Amino acid sequence: MTIGFRTIKEVPKDEFLAPGHRLCAGCTAATAIRQVLKAAGRNIIVTTATSCLEVATSYFPQTAWRVPWVHLGFENTAALASGIESAMKALRRKKKSEENPHVIAIGGDGGTFDIGLQALSGALERGHDFLYICYDNEAYMNTGIQRSSATPYSAATTTSPPGKKSIGQKTQKKDLVGIAVAHEIPYAATACPSYPIDLMNKVKKGLEVEGPALLHILTPCPTGWRFDISMGIELGKMAVLTGLWPLYEVENGVTRLTVQVPKREPVKKYLELQGRFKHLTEGEIKIIQERADRLALKFGMGPLRQ
Amino acid sequence: MKRVGLSGNYAVAYAVKMADVDVVAAYPITPQTTIVEKLSEFVANGELEAEYINVESEHSAMSACVGASLTGARVFTATSSQGLAYMHEVLFMASGLRTPIVMANVNRALSAPLNIWNDHSDAMAERDAGWIQLWVTSAQEAFDATLEAFKIAEDVLLPVMVNLDGYILSHTYEPVVLPDESLVREFVPSRPLQNRVSPKFAYSIGVVGPPEAYYEMKYQVVDAIEKSRKKIKDVDKEFGDKFGREYNFVNEYMMEDADYALVTMGALTGTAKAVASGLRKEGEKVGVLSIRCFRPFPKEEIVALLGDLKGVGVVDRAVTPGGPSNPLFADIATTLYEKGRRPLLQSFVAGLGGRDVPVDDFKLMFGLVKDVVKEGKSRPCVYVGLRE
Repeated sequence: MTIGFRTIKEVPKDEFLAPGHRLCAGCTAATAIRQVLKAAGRNIIVTTATSCLEVATSYFPQTAWRVPWVHLGFENTAALASGIESAMKALRRKKKSEENPHVIAIGGDGGTFDIGLQALSGALERGHDFLYICYDNEAYMNTGIQRSSATPYSAATTTSPPGKKSIGQKTQKKDLVGIAVAHEIPYAATACPSYPIDLMNKVKKGLEVEGPALLHILTPCPTGWRFDISMGIELGKMAVLTGLWPLYEVENGVTRLTVQVPKREPVKKYLELQGRFKHLTEGEIKIIQERADRLALKFGMGPLRQ
Repeated sequence: MKRVGLSGNYAVAYAVKMADVDVVAAYPITPQTTIVEKLSEFVANGELEAEYINVESEHSAMSACVGASLTGARVFTATSSQGLAYMHEVLFMASGLRTPIVMANVNRALSAPLNIWNDHSDAMAERDAGWIQLWVTSAQEAFDATLEAFKIAEDVLLPVMVNLDGYILSHTYEPVVLPDESLVREFVPSRPLQNRVSPKFAYSIGVVGPPEAYYEMKYQVVDAIEKSRKKIKDVDKEFGDKFGREYNFVNEYMMEDADYALVTMGALTGTAKAVASGLRKEGEKVGVLSIRCFRPFPKEEIVALLGDLKGVGVVDRAVTPGGPSNPLFADIATTLYEKGRRPLLQSFVAGLGGRDVPVDDFKLMFGLVKDVVKEGKSRPCVYVGLRE
């Protein structure tokens, strides 16, 4: 069993995602991936789906990746990772190579929830030993803020704009961890870079288990959610503290809340920090509060702060 | 060495086994399926030490092949028709990332209407993907071309597609000479592990190629496939020295003193040759040229063999709706025009969706070529065997 990090002081000082990449100021996906790589260490091969992260870190002739990294397409990063993992296994078995790296596949919410879901399901079902990371900024941010099936109810995007006949996004986001768990994989969890120790220890666990693991990371996006670039970490905290983003893990089918919220903040405090929700009326806020209440009940979080 | 009865598909599977591939990632599709069934069986019996990835789609099959190939592993997949079409975008990525994947494409028509029988529209739709394309005319050739494909691919760092006609070749049993496995291993030793994805090297692969870089990167594929001609020739020569069979870029039949010829690809060639042989006995100076290597296109051979003929009929088993001509005809015409050689060219389409192309159809085509030469002017594309 891996000994997890207990304090931030125990986290390695190595930086595997180099500074100077082209992600937006205040982007928390960069923060999340920096944490992922710190936890994973050097013995890895990373694949990344077409996404903000991909285009902003690999603009030839520069790269921000100090670890082996491959991008192929948008919908196939889990399949790409399957091929790498299987080939490494074959080369070891045939004594052509002794290398035994962890394989980490990273996709955004569009590349995971929508176009990449089939490849992800296939890879999880086949039981490849890899960690899939979805960094979820809740819309197609790379192409300019279009809704995905990870966009939350009522959020404004350029393809779910609010108007006389629209409240914004009509649907609620999919339960990605639930979908992953339905494949009976050994480990799946949610995370948020606002809780770095929790995130990094989940990366370690996900890499340690034999077989597929999935980590679903909420990464607040200042550009798409329309908040001040200094507020990304705060936004992540508010998502967790309102109960809208419960931090939990499912280990061999057993669910455990990893960050308890004894007194939940009202969702309004989270929503009002973001331009994408500024059109909401009390009616929609109530619907979102009810969703937070249901999640709190499901995961055993505390009552709403009065 | 032994002589056995094998279908075209099994011949491919035996070649893949003897080449000792490391990874197979494949998805079932008719009429390719018996290739990967046989390979699964080899893996299950321990006869082939490979990872077999049962992917959930052809898109993922090709994606997994690219990943596996990048690590330095020897990689194979097989597909047909819709499967190849579903791989479309990844085919370009495979050549762009210079992954030496070998794929058997068992040629089948594209939907709609749904049709599981043979024509060449699947491969023709992928001719610009930066893949070397070999085309075979028998089960023996399918075996031999598959072995050559690994050697060519891994040397020039481009993927190779071995095309064999659905059912006509894939499911017909023919005698096939299987060489000793030790000789095959000498011919295609393990792929060297170099310039690869490995935890030892922090390479970034598959990066964004902005306008200042994309053009040159793409040109490297163009350059590599142009330069692959020499390697294809060398590999074929080496194969001939070792196993006694050589194929070259084109297969010529009775072309030495021919006045008229038909150009074919794949299994149609056999019938064309039989008809040509009959016509020769009647005193007609006819020949057949079949294209074995479609990409890179055998320009020199085409000019040398067709340039001085009176008339040439080009038989396409695929169409380019709305285009000026069909794919094989276009390439032949362009090649000859560039060199200022102008035999009369007549375009034919035959055998779409598995429609049989019998002896009489070939007689008709040879006859028409002679007629248009007499008339001094070719006719619009003739859709042979099309019912009114």
